[in-house]
Amino acid sequence: MSGILVIAEHRQGQLRESTLEALGAALALAPAVGGEVVTALLADEPEALAAPLLTRSPGLRLLAHPELKEYNPEFYLPALADVVVGMAPALVLLPHSSQGLDLAPALAGRLNLPLVTDCLGLEWDGGALTARRLIYGGKVQESLTLKPAATVVVTLQAGAFAPAPEGVAPTPEAVRLTDLAPQHPRRFLRQLAAAVEDVDIAAAEILVSVGRGIGGEDNLPLAQALADALGATLSCSRPVADSGWLPKSRQVGTSGKTVRPKVYIALGISGAFQHQAGMKGSQTIIAVNKDPRAPIFSVAHYGIVDDLFKVLPTLTAAVKA
Amino acid sequence: MEILVLAKQVPETAEADLEITRDGADVEREDLVYTINEWDNYAVEEAVRLKEEHGGAVTVLTLGDEEAEDVLRRGLAMGCDQAIHLNDEAFLGSDPATVVRAMVKALGGRRFDLILCGVQSADQGQGQTGVLLAQALGLPYASLAVGLKLVEGGLVITRELEANTLEEVALPLPALVTVQSGLNQPRYVSIMGIRKVRGMAIEGHDAEGLDLAGQVGPEAACLAARRLSLPETGAGAEILSGSLEAVCARAAGIIREKGGLK
Repeated sequence: MSGILVIAEHRQGQLRESTLEALGAALALAPAVGGEVVTALLADEPEALAAPLLTRSPGLRLLAHPELKEYNPEFYLPALADVVVGMAPALVLLPHSSQGLDLAPALAGRLNLPLVTDCLGLEWDGGALTARRLIYGGKVQESLTLKPAATVVVTLQAGAFAPAPEGVAPTPEAVRLTDLAPQHPRRFLRQLAAAVEDVDIAAAEILVSVGRGIGGEDNLPLAQALADALGATLSCSRPVADSGWLPKSRQVGTSGKTVRPKVYIALGISGAFQHQAGMKGSQTIIAVNKDPRAPIFSVAHYGIVDDLFKVLPTLTAAVKA
Repeated sequence: MEILVLAKQVPETAEADLEITRDGADVEREDLVYTINEWDNYAVEEAVRLKEEHGGAVTVLTLGDEEAEDVLRRGLAMGCDQAIHLNDEAFLGSDPATVVRAMVKALGGRRFDLILCGVQSADQGQGQTGVLLAQALGLPYASLAVGLKLVEGGLVITRELEANTLEEVALPLPALVTVQSGLNQPRYVSIMGIRKVRGMAIEGHDAEGLDLAGQVGPEAACLAARRLSLPETGAGAEILSGSLEAVCARAAGIIREKGGLK
């Protein structure tokens, strides 16, 4: 078995950046793995989406079918299973996205292939894959070496791999699929934008952002007082929005908003990857957390290791002074 | 409506100071407190709400050691009617594909209208079990549900995509749905509530009884080796030190300067 198959993603008529990252990971591994790197792009009109791949992917398979316009595993699975069986690659790479998370276990289950998900680093040594990933909310790193297998399915964390550079000119192989038989009638209905905005946190110059450490809705006024003193906006991490303490539109992270304020003040936010991805572009990040090993400190510029309930009133007073 | 919900016991690590064992095989577990996986808690709540609204029964299933029974008792206290415990140390260290094989055996052809579980677990976070189980049982599925509506002919699931985008998909029943956090507000479970279900019977299975002796655990997994370490953290951050007042004065100065405040 040789070669690497990359499964492309697109949404709303655009190829997703995560595809180019998966392709970048494939190209970096290819010399060790051997064989060719092929990207499979499934869409109603894949030619219209393929431009970024035409200069980057050594091999390109364009699979066309009207039902592949939007992602739906009922149509993606039979189409991809044929590609995987036909090519018999050493690795199948997908982004660890809402699509990859939905598709990869089904593909692996259907073809009885080993699967390792949400990887940050990959190495290939003598036919064995070693994958690096984070567990326990980003607090611990694990390095997994897989037993040799004909094909391994792998999903990749967004932002962990550099996008593929330009530099090749593949001859795409276009296939118009005719008989794609779904097993079940799962149907795509529509896409919609989440939560109605009360405030646009992406427009704020200073964000005071609260996490699980704030403990409860009753403690929010403490953070609001600091925000008021700074003319800042209040935002939050996922657990705060999940608990209904602040509206979803205030959530920073991969499934919420990406923000780049001048100053981002993270209060009691441990800093799971999904949160970091939404705020690490901030110009200055100040994190307050009582756990000195909280992942948030790896992206913060300044850190205060202390109890947030001691820091907040003192910091608010210092700002007002 | 007959509902099955999967629930896993995990250590609470959001606030814990984690250490790695000397051999790098595991985290030090001695001081850890165990609880239901957060995502599964939303799944249990949703299952119980559906039962309360539409009738039927909820079965909660876990795979884990003796202690994992706490998760089942908690589920029963929330309103589940039956509990299944895949209870055997031999299961520990299994990969998700093996876990799913054991679950399918324990279910032994029982039919449910709906199977719910969390998208992922707070410990390993692999996000595989639910969809693998759907595949093994030949069920339609949808992952990452932040909305679930029972409609004529099945379900409408709202899936959470990236960047403030949602997607609605229609699923026929029976189906499997993996639940994203925030789907609902799970009810509070009191010690009294758990005491009340102390006497309820739990259906137990071990590897041998499922004809899986020697086919579960690390030997059967797709992994040859696993090594844990603590990631580099704090590398980027300058930790402000000194008295609380001094630290806060310094932080206030940084915020003013970098935030362009006078």
